[in-house]
Amino acid sequence: MVKTLSRSQNPREWLAFVLVWGAAAVVTATFCWLLGDILWHGLSRLSWTFLTAPPESAGRRGGIGPILVSTFLILGVCLAVSLPIGVGTAVLLAEFTLDQGLFGRMTRRSLDVLAGVPSIVFGLFGNAFFCKTLGLGFSILSGGLTLACMVLPILIRSTEEGFRAVPASYRLSAAALGLSRTTTLLHLLLPAAVPGLIVGLVLGVGRAIAETAALIFTSGYVDRMPESLLDSGRALSIHIFDLSMNVSGGDANAYGSALVLVVLLLLINGTASWLATVGLHRKIVTV
Amino acid sequence: MTSLHSNTLFHWSTDDCLCWFLRGLAAVAGTIVIVIVTFLIMEALPVLQRIGLLRFFTDPSWHPAEGFYNLTPMLWGTLFAMAGSVLIATPLGILSAVFCHYYAPVSLGRLYRRLIELLAGIPSVVYGFWGLVVLVPMIGEIHPPGPSLLAGILILTIMILPTIALMADASLANVPQQYLRGAAALGLPRWATIRGVVFPAAKSGLFTGVILETGRAIGETMAILMVCGNVVQTPSSLLDPVRTLTANIALEMAYALGDHRAALFVSGLVLMAMIVALAIAAEWISRGRIYG
Repeated sequence: MVKTLSRSQNPREWLAFVLVWGAAAVVTATFCWLLGDILWHGLSRLSWTFLTAPPESAGRRGGIGPILVSTFLILGVCLAVSLPIGVGTAVLLAEFTLDQGLFGRMTRRSLDVLAGVPSIVFGLFGNAFFCKTLGLGFSILSGGLTLACMVLPILIRSTEEGFRAVPASYRLSAAALGLSRTTTLLHLLLPAAVPGLIVGLVLGVGRAIAETAALIFTSGYVDRMPESLLDSGRALSIHIFDLSMNVSGGDANAYGSALVLVVLLLLINGTASWLATVGLHRKIVTV
Repeated sequence: MTSLHSNTLFHWSTDDCLCWFLRGLAAVAGTIVIVIVTFLIMEALPVLQRIGLLRFFTDPSWHPAEGFYNLTPMLWGTLFAMAGSVLIATPLGILSAVFCHYYAPVSLGRLYRRLIELLAGIPSVVYGFWGLVVLVPMIGEIHPPGPSLLAGILILTIMILPTIALMADASLANVPQQYLRGAAALGLPRWATIRGVVFPAAKSGLFTGVILETGRAIGETMAILMVCGNVVQTPSSLLDPVRTLTANIALEMAYALGDHRAALFVSGLVLMAMIVALAIAAEWISRGRIYG
């Protein structure tokens, strides 16, 4: 921020001044409108029974209990698969490959493309691969696996940054002490890189929980309480979509569900940015 | 990073094991894109072999049950929605970033940035729902029925705005301080500094932001599906309902069989081609010099 920029009286400066403040005002107003609307209509629906009761008459009445359970199961599957692959890849990219090496470069480029793939294309792929080819059908497992493919790039990017933030002196000292690289990784680098890992995890969870298009043809629409991972289960975002598009008179409960989803996401994102500012600058291992 | 080669006097076999294990995991992560494209092609191949790619653009209409597979109306829908939202969101987003850095008081700027981050975290289905219950009835009052290309453009604008605003914010933060001091020493007023010094210096970051938001606009499904009306037609005005490629997949995948299903995978391939083209453009821009 530079304070020395002077404000002159010429008309072009004034026009720019008005435009910049105007743009900020428009964006702020839209945001307040949107959030205020969801909050205003959603708060009246929100109660403990809404969160735990099963939906009735296609969701017009009743709550979102089984839907929340399905959502968290899908999320669980997604993390159980993407976490090991993501952390492993991040360790390899940050610690075990040269930046200019062929393998690292190819992996990174492929992940960049993966990050841009539209979610509906993930849905198509999940339907063809997990549901049809692997024979998992419309199930929580298919949905979770599809989401795992989707969150990998985010997870890898932040975890890798976490590893790169660890000072090089850690690695040099460990090498000087004759520690193997495995020991260095497990006992020194991994604990120090945990904040980056958690930020990646939280961002990935945020992306996964917000996702709708990739889940329609993989985890399905069934709103009963799931009995196993091979059951179809309806995620919260699909519930909102279904209530507002296919169920007349479902708007009240859709508002309630939207509020739950937005609150969940704001909590998740708040945690991420708090961890990013507090955690990344804290030294875990003091030498 | 320390050297890749063994960095101790001893050779640890566990290190080799670990390295191969990690390579295996990375190979899985790296091949997902290839697997996705392979599966899209495999599923699309039957119809591509039977009727060829050209008929997707020359058929009289999109009536998969009767064997007509014209994707052009949907392609236009996607392109119009994308172009409209990018045209509105780009100036708004860049001005937002300028506001944070050069116009707002420090505390207000920080608050505003936090607000944009919140906006970035709201899921697309919530935007779509809000558009459906608030925006569409409002447009319906002016020109019934409400679901239209205009509603889609407006919702997309709100959705992609945080992407460009945060990217522009990051690239403005990277403009060297001495450029600004030099401009101040020359007595340039604020906007002249921003236009003449800051924008050229931040150019490549701003372009990357535009490419990222374009990618989001092309790939967005749910919000568009909920507010656009989904009539297969080439729109002749902003108030016509349209259907985009993504919405088409989401709507018809549930009951599509045989060639129809394969045709939807073809439109998935078209989307992938657009995204890859954008990724190449991004790579090309980030390689370019800052001052060109």
